This record gives sequence, structure tokens and C-alpha cells, in this order.
Amino acid sequence: MIAVTARYFAAFRDKAGQDTETVRTKAKTAGELYAEIAAAHGFADTMTRCKVAVNDEFADWNTRLADGDTVLFFPPVAGG
Amino acid sequence: MSFRISTHALDPGRLKDQLSADAAGACACFEGWVRNHNDSKSVRALEYEAHEGLAVKEGEKILAEAIEKFDLHAAAAEHRAGTLEIGDCAVWVGVSSSHRDAAFSACRYIIDELKSRLPIWKKEYYADGHSGWINCVTGQPTAPE
Repeated sequence: MIAVTARYFAAFRDKAGQDTETVRTKAKTAGELYAEIAAAHGFADTMTRCKVAVNDEFADWNTRLADGDTVLFFPPVAGG
Repeated sequence: MSFRISTHALDPGRLKDQLSADAAGACACFEGWVRNHNDSKSVRALEYEAHEGLAVKEGEKILAEAIEKFDLHAAAAEHRAGTLEIGDCAVWVGVSSSHRDAAFSACRYIIDELKSRLPIWKKEYYADGHSGWINCVTGQPTAPE
């Protein structure tokens, strides 16, 4: 079990009703954590359309998580 | 080369100044504006949210790619954050190069990459009082606030 800080943006923040939370998890990767969080908060966007950053660097969904990491969950982008 | 997120109105005239180069024979600029409709819905305002740190880092990477790929003399872009009204400039892209082909192609490359790679999100406020985050399945549609 590790404890990580999850941060949500835009639609994810609105849906979760908070921008940051501490999550205790058995998830080994960013993708496993997204699956847990998506189920808990009702996020409906698939991973392939979303992005993730670990400790303020873009990461891929297979990135392994460590205790104390900060994981940023980005819903589908819409700049321009 | 510079990429910025701005919470103030963009000024294309001033932004273009940074593209000057004696060897440049072409300059192409693109402006994305806030339009009053999307998917047959009437839009009254927009809100852009950005993760500024990662957006700037990724934006600068895109400009560097374009300079390399199209042999540009200069490239710059700026994207708005915050609340925008119809007609406001949401994003500006500018490049200078020796000849026009590279300028047109590079400008297109930059805006396409910015749209798909930057951590920026757009919330539309509709005339009927509803609002919604664009491109997201999560949380659609949002009831009037």
C-alpha cells in the first residue's frame, strides 16, 4: 500500500468535487490508479484520450508509482 | 522562440515583433478566435483552464520541433487562460522563414500540435444557461449554475 497525492483538472475536478486528495492504493502504475479513481468518481473518459503527469512531468500510463508521488490527471485536452 | 500562457488579451501586433529576421522573406501568423456557436449550440462565453508549467514546457518543445523541421528563423505562440468573450483571440501562432511554403506549413504544424498536446481545457457557456467541458465525456452535460 502506498499513499499518493492525486490532482484533478477541469472536468475531472468538477466531477470529483475537489482538486486534490490523498489516495491510499495498491495500484502499481498510473494507469491502475486511474482505473480506481475513475470508478470512485465516475470519470467516463478512456485513458487513451486522457493524459497523466507524475511529479510535474508528463508520464505514460505504465509509469510505476512510489509512495509520496503526486499524480496529475488530465481529461481530454481542448486548447486552441 | 517563446511560448506563453496569458491571462490578458493577446496583442498580435506586438507578438509579431519577435519574429523579425533579416534573412526572413515570409511571415505567417494564425489567430484562433472565440466563435458564437459550436455543434449547433449558441455560445456566449468561454473559459480556458491551463496547467501553466507543463503547457509552457510542451509549447516550447513544439516550437523547437517546428524550427528544426521547417528551418524557421523564428517561431512564437501565446494561448489565453481565463474567461473570454465572442471575438476574443484565444491563441496566436507566428513564424518567419526564408520562403512562404515553410511558413504556411510550420504555422499549421504548430497550431495542430498545440491543440492536441497542451494541457489546456475549454469550457463553453451556452445561451441556454448550460455549460460544458469540450471533448470530455466526464460530467456532460452540466446544468445551469
